[in-house]
Amino acid sequence: MIELQGITKTFRVARRSGGMKEAVKALFRREYTLVQALKDVSFTIGDGEMVGYIGPNGAGKSSTIKIMSGILTPDSGTCVINGCTPWKDRKRHVKNIGVVFGQRSQLWWDVPVIDSFELLRDIYRVPEGTYKRNCEELCETLELSEILRTPARQLSLGQRMRCEIAASLLHDPEVLFLDEPTIGLDAVSKIAVREFIRRRNREHGTTVILTTHDMQDIEALTERILLIGKGEILLDGSLEALRQRHAKVRKITVEYSSGTFPEAAGITPLEAAPGRASFAVDTDVLSVSQAIAVLTGNAEVTDLSVQGASAEELVVSLYEEFHI
Amino acid sequence: MKAYMSFFRIRFLGGLQYRIAALAGVATQLAWGGLYVLLYKAFYEADASAFPMTFRQVTDYNWLRQAFLTLLFVWMLDRETLESISSGAVAYEVVRPTDLYLMWFTKNVAMRLSRAVLRCVPVLLFAFLLPAPYGLSLPAGIEGFIGFFVTLFLALGNVVAFVMLLYIASFFTMNPTGLRVLMLSLTEFLSGGLIPLPFMPPLLQKILEFSPFGAMMNMPLRAYSGSLSGPALWTGAALQVFWLIVMAGGGRLWMGRALRRLQVQGG
Repeated sequence: MIELQGITKTFRVARRSGGMKEAVKALFRREYTLVQALKDVSFTIGDGEMVGYIGPNGAGKSSTIKIMSGILTPDSGTCVINGCTPWKDRKRHVKNIGVVFGQRSQLWWDVPVIDSFELLRDIYRVPEGTYKRNCEELCETLELSEILRTPARQLSLGQRMRCEIAASLLHDPEVLFLDEPTIGLDAVSKIAVREFIRRRNREHGTTVILTTHDMQDIEALTERILLIGKGEILLDGSLEALRQRHAKVRKITVEYSSGTFPEAAGITPLEAAPGRASFAVDTDVLSVSQAIAVLTGNAEVTDLSVQGASAEELVVSLYEEFHI
Repeated sequence: MKAYMSFFRIRFLGGLQYRIAALAGVATQLAWGGLYVLLYKAFYEADASAFPMTFRQVTDYNWLRQAFLTLLFVWMLDRETLESISSGAVAYEVVRPTDLYLMWFTKNVAMRLSRAVLRCVPVLLFAFLLPAPYGLSLPAGIEGFIGFFVTLFLALGNVVAFVMLLYIASFFTMNPTGLRVLMLSLTEFLSGGLIPLPFMPPLLQKILEFSPFGAMMNMPLRAYSGSLSGPALWTGAALQVFWLIVMAGGGRLWMGRALRRLQVQGG
């Protein structure tokens, strides 16, 4: 159970204009601005939930994760995770959590990955039996056995990220924080990582909190979304509900051998290529079946597909709605 | 405890990989050692009675300093630790159920020991093989031998506890280079890295012997040759214990405060 109540965090940032003169001036008098990274952030996450935490760059996602993992101390507010306040009971708290920062590495770079794993085993005091079992399971599902004996510095990004995720799960954490876990990964690695996280959540009941800019991550993994912008929680709801609310537009793609498409209210042509055309349909004006009827009336259609707005488009419209 | 032991092991083994660096280090230390011996030779030729230590004691001091340089010199900083502070990688170390102070302490001891292991043997061998007044002699009796090892390890503790203070200061200064450079050259002088403490003016020597700087290389390097012996040696060792407790205890508290106001930005 994760409960945040009125969390506020302010950073003091030194600012100056560019140039020599300004730099010299800054030697004597520094100007600081207070940047409010988090304003009164509150939410509750139940055990075994998978939550996507989204928002534009600089919205406060990472700050929240760092507060929840005990790295940052907020200015005010309470945060209780499974009975611990992260920054007060740091040691007791971090035993039960796993953290992956997509942009940093927790593997010791000049030794083989397996050495890092064994060190983590000792740091978390994982019993030998549990460690063996976890290690085998992780190696199998993340396909690590080939690379365990390689020093971390010689791994590719995808390999390293798989190792990072494994490393954060060796001690069976109840809560897993993933800060951009798929950043820079290729499609295959992304799918493998997602599949693995889903499985972990299903089989071990691990609570997963995920920040990402990759909407496919969100689509594939989470049911619930928290949207943060300018340090405030703007929205808390399921992806499906959001979709219902926002995606009144459907995209219809038609492949055809001959014929033309009439113009109609509510149908906007998007792309047109020989033999292929796509249209945006505003479902407020006409239903999907009406639109299909219009489009197929005058053309020899060979294939047709209807798509809802992608998560990506959904997020763009959310950002627009909240002006973030 | 096991966590710190395995951490020690991984850093120690990691440090042993760097053979070329060790080789280069050995060459440098032999050259410096030789230069120092010749320099003091010139002084002692002039008037041996004008100096507070015998020539043998000075050459012993010199060669041991070269052999155990990586244990005894404050400027042997761990780049990784400093980088983890400025880059924010320290975030990962804070999410472990361990004491960050002890972790870094262990890491620095391991790093210094692994470097010393690779370097001390060739330097000691070379120094032992040099002819009589120029090389390394045998320790001054059983007391000198035991005193050397006891105070060597206490000195290592003091050096690392001091270095930890510099690391923690880096949490506050962002770019720690200025403070570091100042502290490093100052401590080298104050701890007897340039000239042994007995060569300093009497008052300064007294003060330094009571300060944490006197608890560093001053102790083992003088214990070995008997320049420091009897009650003076063991009260010195007690002072080493005292400073170790003060600096490590203070450092740990300070680090707790540093972590509370830690800011890890971006990504």
